[in-house]
Amino acid sequence: MATLNESIPTALSNEEILRYSRHLIMPEVAMEGQQKLKAARVLCIGAGGLGSPLALYLAAAGVGTLGLVDFDVVDYTNLQRQVLHFTADVGRPKLDSAIDKLNAINPFVKTERFDTLLNSQNALEIFKGFDIIADGTDNFATRYLVNDACVLTGKPNVYASIFRFEGQASIFATKNGPCYRCLYPEPPPPGLVPSCAEGGVLGVLPGLLGVIQATEVIKLILGAGDSLIGRLLLVDALAMRFRELRVRKNPDCPVCGTNPTQKELIDYNQFCGIRGEEAETTASAKIPEIQPEELKRRLDAGEDIFVLDVREPHEYQICNIHGTLIPLGDLPKRVHELDSSREIVVHCKMGGRSAKAVEFLRQSGFKHASNLTGGILAWADKVDPSLPKY
Amino acid sequence: MPIKVLIPTPLRPYAGKQSSVEVTAKTVGEALNSLVTQHPDLRKHLFAEDGKLRSFVNVYLNDEDIRYLAKDATPAKETDTISIVPSVAGGL
Repeated sequence: MATLNESIPTALSNEEILRYSRHLIMPEVAMEGQQKLKAARVLCIGAGGLGSPLALYLAAAGVGTLGLVDFDVVDYTNLQRQVLHFTADVGRPKLDSAIDKLNAINPFVKTERFDTLLNSQNALEIFKGFDIIADGTDNFATRYLVNDACVLTGKPNVYASIFRFEGQASIFATKNGPCYRCLYPEPPPPGLVPSCAEGGVLGVLPGLLGVIQATEVIKLILGAGDSLIGRLLLVDALAMRFRELRVRKNPDCPVCGTNPTQKELIDYNQFCGIRGEEAETTASAKIPEIQPEELKRRLDAGEDIFVLDVREPHEYQICNIHGTLIPLGDLPKRVHELDSSREIVVHCKMGGRSAKAVEFLRQSGFKHASNLTGGILAWADKVDPSLPKY
Repeated sequence: MPIKVLIPTPLRPYAGKQSSVEVTAKTVGEALNSLVTQHPDLRKHLFAEDGKLRSFVNVYLNDEDIRYLAKDATPAKETDTISIVPSVAGGL
């Protein structure tokens, strides 16, 4: 443990002492703890829903170096929950927006930016420069990548994930603790678990979980309290219930077990079956598609086309093109309501669900079913800009 | 002996939108079987074609993963809670 004399780079100036006074007057932090925070190097993967509160609070707390990984641009729909980004930031790279705000909160924090997609080629190198990794990503491939890279570089993975109203938090990849694969050896098949864009998320939820992540990062740095190592915290925001499950290290884990068989990073897209998904889309390229402009032209010409909308009722309320609504989940039960002799154009929000519907209909003998390419969003773009997009 | 099975959000649409279901069973395996009998749509989300539990779904008896207990044969009693915990990835 460095003494004050040895830790000159992390000695606190008078300004910093004043800034962090509320930390310093607590024996659990004190000067020593604050210097540990200043010496710490934390990598935040994702500057979005989880990354926003995470980075904000770590900067406020005085974590000396914050690395940020995000290649994305601020989108209007992000503002409902990604509190690092403001309305004026829409269109800017997330890292530009993030670093502006973090510098404004605490100019004593050094930021390091990685404007890149984290992948098997760069992850190990990037992780080596940090002490703790905080995973705030939004897809399974990256979560497995982050986990494996953490185990291989020996860095703890402070993890959180969210879905609609529920969240999970834990710490993986510590030496004696479990890793993500100990809990979930395999990812779900693509398409089974919707993303935030498809499933929705309560805006405050990543706030709740992101701050839990930040809390665990700070506790790890300080060596204080009881961490979430080996504990899976489950948050149900609607019920406001917090539960806990035990996560055990799996001795047979291929990455962190006693005899690891995987000692390198792999192709995570393949692992998560995303190639499988691409194959699915090429298969569904055999599904007949119709462009929005062409549908419009043919409807205006008075052609007898049955427009089937397979979205959910609450989506229909946001906007619709007067199609008949049968949600995708209800289609098998209600397929008898459709006339297989008629031409049917199926649409959803973006074209994914409707492609599944068309496949189902064609298998059920509907020879004249086709998919509206790009869904109602493409219709709003190319045919009717007055339609609200969501 | 009614046992409570907690249904996570992603699976609630297949369990009649309920957040928990009561089943009568003596083991976790029986409980899950009873669950998917009551709610057949849940079966393919919990079990693969060979009848085994899907590997991205974890089942806990109270706070312990059944993989570290007796798996399907883990005995369950009235005051126990069975939790189904699927992996979710959302973060952005």
